[in-house]
Amino acid sequence: MVGLLTIEDLRISFDLPQGRLDAVRGVSFSVPDGGTVALVGESGSGKSVITQAILGILPRPASISGGRILFNDPKNGVEAIDIAQLDRDGAAMRAIRGARISIIFQEPMTALSPVHTVGNQIGEALELHRGVSGPEGREIVADMLRMVGFPDPERAIRTYPFELSGGLRQRAVIAMALICRPSLMIADEPTTALDVTIQAQILKLIRDLQQELGMAMLLITHDLGVVANVAEEVVVLYRGEVMESGEVDDIFRDPRHPYLRALLKAVPRFNMGRDERLVPLREIEHEGPSQLLAAKEAWPEDADPDLPLLKVESVSKSFSIRKSGWFGSSAEKEVLAVDDVSFTIARGECLGLVGESGCGKTTLSKIILRALTPDNGRVLFSDRGQELDVHQLDNHALTEFRTRIQFVFQDPYGSLNPRMTVYDIISEPLVIHEVGDEASRREMVKELMRVVGLDIRFLNRYPHSFSGGQRQRIGIARALALKPDLLICDEPVSALDVSIQAQILNLLKDLRRELGLTYLFVSHNLAVVDYIADRIAVMCRGRLVELAPRDLLFSGPIHPYTRALLAAVPEPSLEHRLDFAHLMDERASDPAGWPAPFTINGAAHPRLVDLGEGHFVRADPNRGPIRAAA
Amino acid sequence: MLAYFVRRILTMVPTLIAISFIVFVIIQLPPGDYLETLIAELEAQGESVDPQRIDFLREQYGLDRPFLEQYAHWAFGLLQGDMGYSFEYEQPVADVIGDRLWLTMVVAVASIVFIYVVSFPIGIYSAVRQYSTGDYVLSFIGFLGLATPNFLLALVLMWLANSWFGTSISGLMDPKYLDQPWSWAKVGSVLEHLWIPVVVIGTSGTAAMIRRLRANLLDELERQYVVTARAKGVSNLKLLFKYPLRLAINPFIADIGSLLPAVISGAAIVSVVLDLNTTGQMLVSALQSQDMYLAGSFLMFQALLVVIGVFLSDLALAALDPRIRLEGKAFK
Repeated sequence: MVGLLTIEDLRISFDLPQGRLDAVRGVSFSVPDGGTVALVGESGSGKSVITQAILGILPRPASISGGRILFNDPKNGVEAIDIAQLDRDGAAMRAIRGARISIIFQEPMTALSPVHTVGNQIGEALELHRGVSGPEGREIVADMLRMVGFPDPERAIRTYPFELSGGLRQRAVIAMALICRPSLMIADEPTTALDVTIQAQILKLIRDLQQELGMAMLLITHDLGVVANVAEEVVVLYRGEVMESGEVDDIFRDPRHPYLRALLKAVPRFNMGRDERLVPLREIEHEGPSQLLAAKEAWPEDADPDLPLLKVESVSKSFSIRKSGWFGSSAEKEVLAVDDVSFTIARGECLGLVGESGCGKTTLSKIILRALTPDNGRVLFSDRGQELDVHQLDNHALTEFRTRIQFVFQDPYGSLNPRMTVYDIISEPLVIHEVGDEASRREMVKELMRVVGLDIRFLNRYPHSFSGGQRQRIGIARALALKPDLLICDEPVSALDVSIQAQILNLLKDLRRELGLTYLFVSHNLAVVDYIADRIAVMCRGRLVELAPRDLLFSGPIHPYTRALLAAVPEPSLEHRLDFAHLMDERASDPAGWPAPFTINGAAHPRLVDLGEGHFVRADPNRGPIRAAA
Repeated sequence: MLAYFVRRILTMVPTLIAISFIVFVIIQLPPGDYLETLIAELEAQGESVDPQRIDFLREQYGLDRPFLEQYAHWAFGLLQGDMGYSFEYEQPVADVIGDRLWLTMVVAVASIVFIYVVSFPIGIYSAVRQYSTGDYVLSFIGFLGLATPNFLLALVLMWLANSWFGTSISGLMDPKYLDQPWSWAKVGSVLEHLWIPVVVIGTSGTAAMIRRLRANLLDELERQYVVTARAKGVSNLKLLFKYPLRLAINPFIADIGSLLPAVISGAAIVSVVLDLNTTGQMLVSALQSQDMYLAGSFLMFQALLVVIGVFLSDLALAALDPRIRLEGKAFK
């Protein structure tokens, strides 16, 4: 039987100035009517190019050089259409695009035009394909918005995308894709840009809608966790070729192809053994403990070695949002970005800091770096047993302190100056702090390159000739140049592919052991934090809600927010599927909606309570038993 | 929107006051005043100067008063429409300027319209058909326009207009209409002459605008929301006008404010070459002879044009772009 969409030996190539590039090399698979097929692969595997070919929106240099894309629309009945033969911009293709096959893109912010209302953009397809507009069209759009979960659809029609939160924006994009009731929906990484709790909600929404409207879905993703939870069939792509395909059960229980097996081993999972290591597809060869880097200044005689390296004491920071009034602007609303946060990091420890976007993680790390000044509280840093109040330092002491803490950034593309060579980038901290002479700096930079597993022949190249993972390693080498004690890693792997992510995580793990480093590891990905951190702190709306050693946190989370967060993570295994029926709604991150004794509102301001074994939770013991509530 | 409108108008007041002060400081900056320049000139010609007459004039014009008092006198006069007295022409500034202000505005506005009308379709074409033959040809012509000196272009066009259409050389109208009351024939003559300065002044602006629009549009064409719209099945032409163009047009509108001064200062040189009776030529000579009220009035007039231009472009931006309208001030 022919499926809804059958792709036969599809070949797509790009005509580039450098020559011809075959992006897709003979891919065949089919999507059954009403079924869900996941197309899995790393970036560059050709998965997005295939979807573009299906929709006839390939970029200009790309063309279909062979094969067929048969679309057997039940609405049309009679005969399957070969999309590969259609004129990209012709009327026949346009009638399919958006009406019978539609797509949900990854970035809800950029996928919507900022200057048109949500209602206008959703109604556009309706007007084009069904000729419905005016009040009747508004009615249908409002119905669709209600279906995807907008609380007030009438109002939503008139709003602009930038007025909506990320989750609502993605809902609007979904409404836009479904407004014409297509028979095939393509979801291109629909949840990659979203927070984990919102990701779970959107996955549930997509699944429910799919059942309700009886359409088929082609899901494009690199996240095996999402695949395990949503897909029925899986097609694994690698470099434009299908490596393996089959039912989701077979794929996860009995992966045959070495690539798939390797991919599954590279994903961090919960409950991994303490000493279990991720196995990246390609392991980086890096040199062990280096003489230059390990050599640190000796401690003074009277230093206290047990002093925590970093102490954060009830730090608060608020930003004021300026509202424009009649004359210029007047400060109006105060937003508490960080509220009374306290914790310590011991020497040599890795503390994971977890929370959704906007919870204050980055503000907090900037305060520690003294890139921002807190409104209240202190940050104490132990410099060789000598306690420094970070925000009281000035002049020489401050310059000296800057070498003690270094930062690894999230975005490996934006954080390296494209006009500096790798040598200039890595040696810049040394130049700024006037460490050594030209010759010793060159030695040091070579050493650093070897430590992060990069070839020293690359020193004169510019960042654009490196892949994302290599760039991130350059960023790490730069952070290590001044022999810091503390590394703050702000989502260092969230922009990377699964297999590259494993490389970087392993590298960070090894470096910490070899160089005696201490990490503050900020991430929204719980599995990643679980893999690398000793203790984990959970933040929500600027507050630390739970802090515990990693085993305790995962085996017995107490705070409702932590539990919601853990419940929302899609795991790449069939045994622990998401419980879509019991997902927390968006109130999970609203402190006023937490049950007693965790509620935070005008009347209740619970503090962190010590439960023993290093487990702290923000609750008010006078308002109810903490453990029982959990 | 109304609040924004009113606030914008109110902020124009302190801006204009500040500009008027700066203008006055600048025209006072050269050492001496008009009378000293006059004395020096007369003495150079060997004529004797009656010191009593000079003192009388100085008192008459208030040149012996303190600086701030002179400024206050001038500024309040401006408010009442009194632009002061021109020393050089020995008549009120308003009479000296006469039609020149309006002619300047006509030339400036016509130049801007020319710039927009020409650069808009060309910019869109070169972006959509990037690296096509048409794109290269138009870009080449654009660069040619950017690189050719204004005065040269003015001379060439003048000669062409004269030899092809028999248009009289130089001026903004046929000499016979000078100092005549306005009539349809005079308007016709102005229109006949207007295109040369407009093309000359507009050419470099057009070339720059084409490049800007092309670059902006190229950026927008690659954006995700364009792909989204295409995936909805929108046809190419409709897509172009509804989405990328709408966003690429922002700098286009924001440029009204910065185009006006460029057009007017470009016009000063062109007006000398073409002998236009606009303000440019007169401003230069007024500055040379330190005819302060005349120069000051011209400068204020230009500043007013710029402030109004910026105001108009801000209003248009707010109307077109909800991000500006609804977000108001950026917050940090």
